[in-house]
Amino acid sequence: MTTKSETMRLLRSAPPTAVFGLLVIALYVAVAMFAPIIAPYGEAEIVGGRHEVWSDEHAFGTDQLGRDMLSRLIYGARNTIGIAFLTTLLAFLIGTALGLLAATLGRWADQLISRVVDVVIAIPALIFALLLLTIFGTSLTALVLVIAVLDSARVFRVARSVAMGIVTLDFVEAARLRGEGLVWIVKDEILPNAAPPLVAEFGLRFCFVFLSISALSFLGLGIQPPLADWGSMVRENATLITFGDITPLLPATAIALLTVSVNFVVDWMLHKSSGLKE
Amino acid sequence: MERGDILLRIRDLKIEGRVEDSWLPILKGINLELRRGEVLGLIGESGAGKSTLGLAAMGFVRDGCRFSGGTVEFEGQELTTAHRSVRRSLRSSDIAYVAQSAAASFNPAHKLVDQYAEFPVLRGRMTQAEARADAAKMYARLQLPDPNGIGFRYPHQVSGGQLQRAMTAMAMSCRPKLIIFDEPTTALDVTTQIEVLAAIREVVAEFGTAAIYVTHDLAIVSQMADRVMVLRYGEMVELAETRQMLTTPTEDYTRSLWAVRSFRAPVKAEAAKGAPLISLRDVTASYGKVDVLSDISIDFHAGRTVAVVGESGSGKSTVARVLTGLLPPRRGEVSFDGAALPKVVDQRSKDQLRHVQMIYQMADTALNPKQRLRKIIGRPLAFYLGLSGRALEDRIRDLLAEIELDPDTFIDRFPSELSGGQKQRVGIARALAADPRFIICDEVTSALDQLVAEGILRLLVNLQNERGLGYMFITHDIATVEAIADDVVVMQHGRVVEAGRKEDVLSPPHEPYTELLLSSVPEMDPDWLTRVLDQRQGARASPILPGST
Repeated sequence: MTTKSETMRLLRSAPPTAVFGLLVIALYVAVAMFAPIIAPYGEAEIVGGRHEVWSDEHAFGTDQLGRDMLSRLIYGARNTIGIAFLTTLLAFLIGTALGLLAATLGRWADQLISRVVDVVIAIPALIFALLLLTIFGTSLTALVLVIAVLDSARVFRVARSVAMGIVTLDFVEAARLRGEGLVWIVKDEILPNAAPPLVAEFGLRFCFVFLSISALSFLGLGIQPPLADWGSMVRENATLITFGDITPLLPATAIALLTVSVNFVVDWMLHKSSGLKE
Repeated sequence: MERGDILLRIRDLKIEGRVEDSWLPILKGINLELRRGEVLGLIGESGAGKSTLGLAAMGFVRDGCRFSGGTVEFEGQELTTAHRSVRRSLRSSDIAYVAQSAAASFNPAHKLVDQYAEFPVLRGRMTQAEARADAAKMYARLQLPDPNGIGFRYPHQVSGGQLQRAMTAMAMSCRPKLIIFDEPTTALDVTTQIEVLAAIREVVAEFGTAAIYVTHDLAIVSQMADRVMVLRYGEMVELAETRQMLTTPTEDYTRSLWAVRSFRAPVKAEAAKGAPLISLRDVTASYGKVDVLSDISIDFHAGRTVAVVGESGSGKSTVARVLTGLLPPRRGEVSFDGAALPKVVDQRSKDQLRHVQMIYQMADTALNPKQRLRKIIGRPLAFYLGLSGRALEDRIRDLLAEIELDPDTFIDRFPSELSGGQKQRVGIARALAADPRFIICDEVTSALDQLVAEGILRLLVNLQNERGLGYMFITHDIATVEAIADDVVVMQHGRVVEAGRKEDVLSPPHEPYTELLLSSVPEMDPDWLTRVLDQRQGARASPILPGST
């Protein structure tokens, strides 16, 4: 009966991949939350020489300015994941609201929103983001807003197509016949039924946002120094690869591991929401 | 009748289905023997296991089910344990299956004749050219129009009844020894159904094919089957020759199935009088440029039930859409209590909306699956009547009690935790919550088993008597009309063909279309199909053609 035992049952029925994914995500979140406690040194603190090798003092050595690599990795989790999460959330608020509205209103409202979204989607996302960030500057706010708006176009398409299927169902017609307003129909009739596929999409979208922030940081237009960020950490230490040092791969691995884990969980949730059994 | 040896022998067959983590029995030990050329009818309510048994006769179980005991022997060959390749080769040549929805069973990307030819050619029984010639012959036997040309159409280019016959033809392409028919006519109109029934019966008799005919309709099974098996909860209730079963059923359950059709609402003797509650005047409505309703005028009175009948596409559901304001009429007027009703739903006042409520055919989609009954039934109460808190709770409980569901058990359930009949009751409660004066019932019983449907009809009649509700009852089922209607409106091609009191419309003389519609409704008499076909054959020879439109 209670949600707690339901959650437990749900978790027990999860396949190993999803359990693995959930554990990794939980670990990342914990690291991000308790970064100042876990990290041995400060985020931008210069604690040694440049590019020091792995040692007892500096588990993963130091970077090109002499900052502790492990500490930066830990703080990087906080920045990269936090910003990606915020951005995805924003993208979903915009995209879902517009998508459900377009599907419910139909006709010209749908046409208008859909065509604007088509235009946004027609331009390659990364190039569009680079362009907009060049215009608006590389502040954190601009970064979050630009990526959120660009990604909300993708979310819109999912939300709209999911809602299109629901709008035609009889219970929505019944609500219309009752005289319900737009807000009730969208919020109480359609949204609860559109939620499962949207939640799954959220996980997927989070990965994309995460990757595009990392990509932008790598290109120098994302999260700005001295904030630690995995994308820019790859770039800053890229030269080490030439010397056979795998240190620059650590932030890359952190990105890859989180992306894979999120996808494991999303796959499982998609499976659940589609009502398939094994 | 002389019969061949035993073709199919099912012994103590048990099948289980998986629910969450446990296995629940679906069939609990069925014994069955089918001789060559014999047609066996399987009948029962939904969930009785009749489709499962039909599939099991091919050695097949649905996903999530398994054989847990017993044997299925086809010509001495045990199927439940046979390798899948054995079953597959049997299924494509000796056993065929005709599903309820022909539209879903054909591949929409290929022509009918190519799908007909696929198996015979694959099995090396015919060349492509032979198969095509054979298809034309089989189409002709099934009385499809233009047998030489129709095969070159795609599935969406023929009508539903034709497609169902093409499907039967395809099942015959390898001259199977056994065909399983799973509700092949359930999705069809009565006027189409009769043609398909006749065609199936003829072709099965001609080739001496044995058949298992799965249906929930007693009248149909009595036309098609030599013997009938009644199933309930995965167990056999009764098995007998069709005639014997119809005249002298031995089990109570069988008798109750038979008795359902005899439900009659108390007759309201006098004709409708006084001003109508709601009325349509010269209404013409269209989707795009196509008129779907032409100059319709219908009056609905308080306390009376008007049944609107006709086949699909006749415009009967469109009448409901015009009444509710979902489809504004192009011409004409809808009035309520003598005052004109705004044409579009958005322009109607809360009170106008409240008085016209609707109950849907598919309770599955009519109730929001993410809302508990408390919210589903409570919302109209809060929305129209402004109830909240204790008063709201009490009223919800009253309504649940009124539809005969225990409030304590059901108030916090989701629709998915209800049976089909219970869902439909909740749909009724939601309509009642608005305290309406008129309710549109759109095929409310057609998705339900007969016993459950009867319960719903009784409930509706009681509510009408208590509250003086006016009903518009959209249906294609004449048995329902006879049970519940006071007045009948017959529709065809968006026009009213005939209208009046039930006794007048349902008794002769009829309009030709009404005659066709009425005579197509299957009766419980095993000779009904033969008789109707003979009559129509005779009528065709004479100049008066019933329903030649």
